[in-house]
Amino acid sequence: MKALAARRHHPMAFVVILLLALLATGGLYAALQPRSAQAESYSQDDVAAGEALFLANCATCHGTTGAGEVDAEGNATGPSLVGVGAAAVDFQVGTGRMPMQMSGPQAARKAPQMNEEQTRQLAAYVASLGPGPSVPDESTLDLANADLENGGNIFRINCAMCHNAAGAGGALTRGKYAPALGGVESTHIYEAMETGPQNMPVFNDDNLSPEDKRDVVAYLKALEENGSPGGISLGSLGPVTEGLYAWTIVLALLVGCTVWLGAKAK
Amino acid sequence: MATTTPTKPTAASASGSSAAQGGRMMKLGAVGGAWLDQRVSGAGFVKFFARKIFPDHWSFMFGEVALYSFVILLISGTFLTMFFVPSMDEVVYEGIYAPLQGAHVSRAFESTLHLSFEVKGGLLFRQMHHWAALVFMVAIFVHMFRVFFTGAFRKPRELNWLVGFSLMILGMVAGFSGYSLPDDVLSGNGLRVVDGLMKAIPIVGTYLSMLLFGGEFPGHDIIPRLFTIHILLVPAAILGLIAIHLVLLVLHKHTQYPGPGRTDRNVVGFPLFPVYTAKAGGFFFLVFGIIALVSATTAINGVWIYGPYDPSPVSAGSQPDWYMLWTDGGLRLIPGWEFTIFGYVISLNMLIPMAIYGALLAFLALYPFIESWVTGDDREHHVLDLPYNTPVRTGLGVAWISIYVILALAATNDLIGMKLHLSINDLTWFFRIGIFVIPVLMFYVTKRLCLSMQRQRRDLVLHGVETSKVVRLEDGEMLEIHEPLNEYDRWVLVQHDDFRPLTAGNGVSSLRAAATSFFFKDRISPVTPAELREAMAHAGHEKHEIDALTGGDYTTPDQRH
Repeated sequence: MKALAARRHHPMAFVVILLLALLATGGLYAALQPRSAQAESYSQDDVAAGEALFLANCATCHGTTGAGEVDAEGNATGPSLVGVGAAAVDFQVGTGRMPMQMSGPQAARKAPQMNEEQTRQLAAYVASLGPGPSVPDESTLDLANADLENGGNIFRINCAMCHNAAGAGGALTRGKYAPALGGVESTHIYEAMETGPQNMPVFNDDNLSPEDKRDVVAYLKALEENGSPGGISLGSLGPVTEGLYAWTIVLALLVGCTVWLGAKAK
Repeated sequence: MATTTPTKPTAASASGSSAAQGGRMMKLGAVGGAWLDQRVSGAGFVKFFARKIFPDHWSFMFGEVALYSFVILLISGTFLTMFFVPSMDEVVYEGIYAPLQGAHVSRAFESTLHLSFEVKGGLLFRQMHHWAALVFMVAIFVHMFRVFFTGAFRKPRELNWLVGFSLMILGMVAGFSGYSLPDDVLSGNGLRVVDGLMKAIPIVGTYLSMLLFGGEFPGHDIIPRLFTIHILLVPAAILGLIAIHLVLLVLHKHTQYPGPGRTDRNVVGFPLFPVYTAKAGGFFFLVFGIIALVSATTAINGVWIYGPYDPSPVSAGSQPDWYMLWTDGGLRLIPGWEFTIFGYVISLNMLIPMAIYGALLAFLALYPFIESWVTGDDREHHVLDLPYNTPVRTGLGVAWISIYVILALAATNDLIGMKLHLSINDLTWFFRIGIFVIPVLMFYVTKRLCLSMQRQRRDLVLHGVETSKVVRLEDGEMLEIHEPLNEYDRWVLVQHDDFRPLTAGNGVSSLRAAATSFFFKDRISPVTPAELREAMAHAGHEKHEIDALTGGDYTTPDQRH
């Protein structure tokens, strides 16, 4: 101990401590990092087919190794896909966002370009690049036992500020937006929470347990199922569309009546 | 009793004699009317109102729409109070709306859900109440701007304008206090904005907020307090002001649009009975029907989607009802300016918008007095102005509306950005610059349009309607055949007032001279009788020449075959 104390001013001591600290951090992280089980096993053929698809459709932006690409000015054209997992691929490709139609503030949803099989193969390839969240299985998304109240509470507190309380979507800065959630498949909603696509934060299993995520999905599905008990929902956008309705359709009806009553008898 | 005894015979004989004269009203009144009249002596009163004349025009009916929506608000509101519980006590929701079962909510929120989902007709009544409130405010605005643009606020109606203005403000208070009652997230966000605005007031702000909320926001008192304000104070004040508004309307008599035989000393129209009792009575049911139809088919304020109030969440697309949108717009546009003095933060980003809102409202309230000061006009006006004959007033009104609309649009910048795929940042800058530029442009464009319309109408009076038929005289001269206006149409175009700028001095202050110059510098002088005579003589001469050639047959060659 004394020998160690005597050497504490040695020029190399700082380097040693730094190394130890890095080892400790890295080791602890490796031991404790959130790791979702690779539920689905992909065959080597899937990975190979996925790689071929990747090179043909994705490599322009994401690089031939999936490590991302940087243009001449140093701007990233596509992020690295190492560690994003199969879930990210299933969401981005399955909702048609990737391959991206055109550059813009964010990738918009469109009709999927890849079929289910191709999406699975791409997911297999990307999952092989590094461990990441996998596509949720059916038991995770069993909505029958979901706690709607819990899902609604989580949704209002964590999601509604961007997606709107009714899931009707909302604007973000500089032309970006949180899309409407009506009609989105349960798996995709779940994967979006897990992988945080585009501007969305990641809600991994440590800050939102799989059960919580399932509850949120169930709440959204219940909202959709309940529909609008009061009649035409006007896009569920709240007081603005209601006011617009009052100023246009209702006022037009009223003006029609006033003109009728104000007309001189013939 | 001593005083009523001698009057009775006179009242009875008076009604008897007019019945003998055969008035339509009195024939009806004679059936049992005498019995009633001998007890309440209302014949004179009824006769006065039955013979009250109102002019006929569709644009005069928006005040009525406001009145009728208020009646609908009272009826539907009474129903709602039977089920709504104005309490912030926390309960566990156990009603039939599954997604909230087990949630901790306030009694106010729970009773709103109960009212919506479990009381028969409850949701329809809630929606009728809310839609009627929106229509109430729409009708007030349309009515107010009809009055503004036609100059109906001029003497003797300035005070009634102020009463109407107060009704508009009270309508906003009623609406705001009402949609805060269900204690959902959206309404709580609205209250939080009010709390923030109050706290921004230097020195007294925090005390005011604590006073209103009974402690730190949100506290446990605000819903019961708003309930009292919403169902007692504000409706009572609105009712009282409506009474004053209508009494003044009867005293002043209704204004009328210019027309032959219409002067500042008469009212041309139909009597209240039977024409307007039928029209107005029918109109009430039309308004009721429209509001019921809209409420039965169109959802409004689904509080179960917003969820029970909790100070932490703010949903995307959080906006107040339309009539409060403008108050949110200023807050969204203003940069985050604030400074600290003696350890106190002065939030200019709250104070400046509030000052702007105050100035906009003050302009509206005081406009009749500003204009009468400028014109120095002390006459009574019962014949309305046509908006194009008062270019500066019309321009100012349109500029005011444009500021109001920009503020309202700024409050919806997120929805506009999302739906039109625009950047919310660009929109904010567009509105920030637009609020200074667009009103000026609107004023200028409106004023020039009004002047152009005056010029066009002046031309019409002097030359008549162009028929597009051209006659070539023997010497090659071309003459177009003009059809002169008839006297009735012409009267509307030549009856308006003419104001000129004043020069300073002789008891006219330089400020007033500048104001008159701003108002009346650009003017199209109305047609003078001399000009009209000359134009008629000229037209007569031309007609003589054309008639000499055509023999009075104005058909074109192709029509002759």
